[in-house]
Amino acid sequence: MASRTASKDIITLRGSAAIVSEYFGYASNSILYNRGVYPEESFKKVKKYGLTMLLTEDEGVKTFISNLTAQLAEWLETGKLQRVVLVIMSKASGEVLERWNFSIETDSEVVEKGVSREKSDKEIMREIQAIMRQIASSITYLPCLEEPCVFDVLAYTDTDVAVPFTWIESDPKLIANPQMVKLHSFDTKIHKVDTLVSYKNDDEWDES
Amino acid sequence: MDAGSLSSVSASKTKSRCPLQEQFLQKRNSRENLDRFIPNRSAMDMDYAHYMLTEGRKGKENPAVNSPSREAYRKQLAETFNMNRTRILAFKNKPPTSVEAIPNDFSSSVHQQAKTAKPRRYIPQTSERTLDAPDLVDDYYLNLLDWGSSNILSIALGSTVYLWDASDGATSELVTIDEENGPVTSVKWAPDGRHIALGLNNSDVQLWDTTANRLLRTMRGGHRSRVGALDWNNHILTTGGMDGQIINNDVRVRSPIVDTYQGHHQEVCGLKWSASGQQLASGGNDNLLHIWDRSMASSNSSTEWLHRLEDHTAAVKALAWCPFQGNLLASGGGGGDRSIKFWNTHTGACLNSIDTGSQVCALLWNKNERELLSSHGFTKNQLTLWKYPSMVKTAELTGHTSRVLFMAQSPDGCTVASAAGDETLRFWNVFGTPEVAKPAPKANPEPFAHLNRIR
Repeated sequence: MASRTASKDIITLRGSAAIVSEYFGYASNSILYNRGVYPEESFKKVKKYGLTMLLTEDEGVKTFISNLTAQLAEWLETGKLQRVVLVIMSKASGEVLERWNFSIETDSEVVEKGVSREKSDKEIMREIQAIMRQIASSITYLPCLEEPCVFDVLAYTDTDVAVPFTWIESDPKLIANPQMVKLHSFDTKIHKVDTLVSYKNDDEWDES
Repeated sequence: MDAGSLSSVSASKTKSRCPLQEQFLQKRNSRENLDRFIPNRSAMDMDYAHYMLTEGRKGKENPAVNSPSREAYRKQLAETFNMNRTRILAFKNKPPTSVEAIPNDFSSSVHQQAKTAKPRRYIPQTSERTLDAPDLVDDYYLNLLDWGSSNILSIALGSTVYLWDASDGATSELVTIDEENGPVTSVKWAPDGRHIALGLNNSDVQLWDTTANRLLRTMRGGHRSRVGALDWNNHILTTGGMDGQIINNDVRVRSPIVDTYQGHHQEVCGLKWSASGQQLASGGNDNLLHIWDRSMASSNSSTEWLHRLEDHTAAVKALAWCPFQGNLLASGGGGGDRSIKFWNTHTGACLNSIDTGSQVCALLWNKNERELLSSHGFTKNQLTLWKYPSMVKTAELTGHTSRVLFMAQSPDGCTVASAAGDETLRFWNVFGTPEVAKPAPKANPEPFAHLNRIR
């Protein structure tokens, strides 16, 4: 865990980065489970955010997500991460079907001056919990993913960020004319994370 | 120097040559249709556009109004809303694709192979191959065609049993039965694909070794009349006769009869063991369908049936156990019934019944997809492919000119052979191509296996 000190409700940049990257790890696991990108059997239940969350047990996916969150935490600490996007694509055609957009606003004063902020852990957890519930319930309105899918993660960073050698520049993998649903936000007082899902507009339904 | 002058010359040349340029432009025009601007919302940056239209303009128009704070604000805005403000990054190593048990998408996990997820399978409407089958006995109650696990097809034509090797197309004659004992009324490969059982018109049952071309044993005395139905359950050969008896023969022992099942009072024409070997389905000319339980069988005394199903209104010959659901049986009725019925053999409940409009001679499940193939008689003499469980007709294959009496499935589950009263044997590529079916669901347990192929 990060250096969130025992003293009351002080939140530092590192602590905030840890919360946000951890949130991202759980959120992606939840999305992968709920959207059926990986088979249900490959997930195990854990308690988190006062909820039962599902985490993948597939070694490959696990390492991918842990490498990812580690890198995200690093960027978050420098305030250079603007957005993270989890893209779900058709395995066969590579067509982008869903984009889970996590926009991050960083309090630049904290990054530059190293001050800390105050917000209780409990409150942050409650905010995250609300988003997690929304992610789980999103299957009710998102179109069915009827074909096998794959996912990818894009990180939008400042241009002055050196590209780590395990990363490459990517196209934004946009969906043409998407439907969008905004989910709740949470705010650590240092990082504010807005979650939004956009998905392929199902023309057939619209026309009828 | 030289290069510079050269380029300037070429530049002036192109300038002077107006027609060429125009042509070029025209070409562009006709191709791109530049008179309409069709915006793409998702690719636009509304905030930036708004800024450029309002704030940016203001600043340029009357710079005098700009206070230092405003200038700073503008600068900050310009910085944050600058088009190239971000860099989009992704991991070089992609996450592993899900190891789902959908067999035919493994090859398409590499994106470059732009292949649609599950292209609709093309089902050829004509037979792939047609072979002559002279003297095929046109008798609904017999079972004269079987395709063994060693990819050899056996067919009884009159009193002779022929073997046709599906891998090289070679034909050989196994045996011709003496006239007084023949004709052959049933053939069935043992699970090993080497031994074959023949049921004869004189009630004998013969067991042959096809590699040595040798008669191993003849079982007599079990039935009182012709043996029209056979099926294997490991070393147990189950025989069904015109006398209505069903006998389990242990082919390894001297007195082979281990059980008898009595329930039919007319000819037994359909016999199929379930894949688990626990249940036997038998259909007879008495319109009855029986389910027998292997564990309830006891030697010598005749055994009670587990279920007696009396829903069919004609002879029950076509029987097929579902390969993906152990207790699901499909049965088809003869000319007066024309229905395919589905049964839960644990409870004996009839799950579905559909009228096919023609006698059902044979039924086969697709091993790779949830589909059922039925073969029919008058009027169309067709093979019908059904989606299960919706029972929507996917294909109707015509070609036979008389009722399609027998069907057999190749060991890979893709090809179906059908023999009909028109004395032809036809091969249909109805259950897909072998390439699609080949990769077993468990062939890719290693989640990173595909990575080697990407890089």
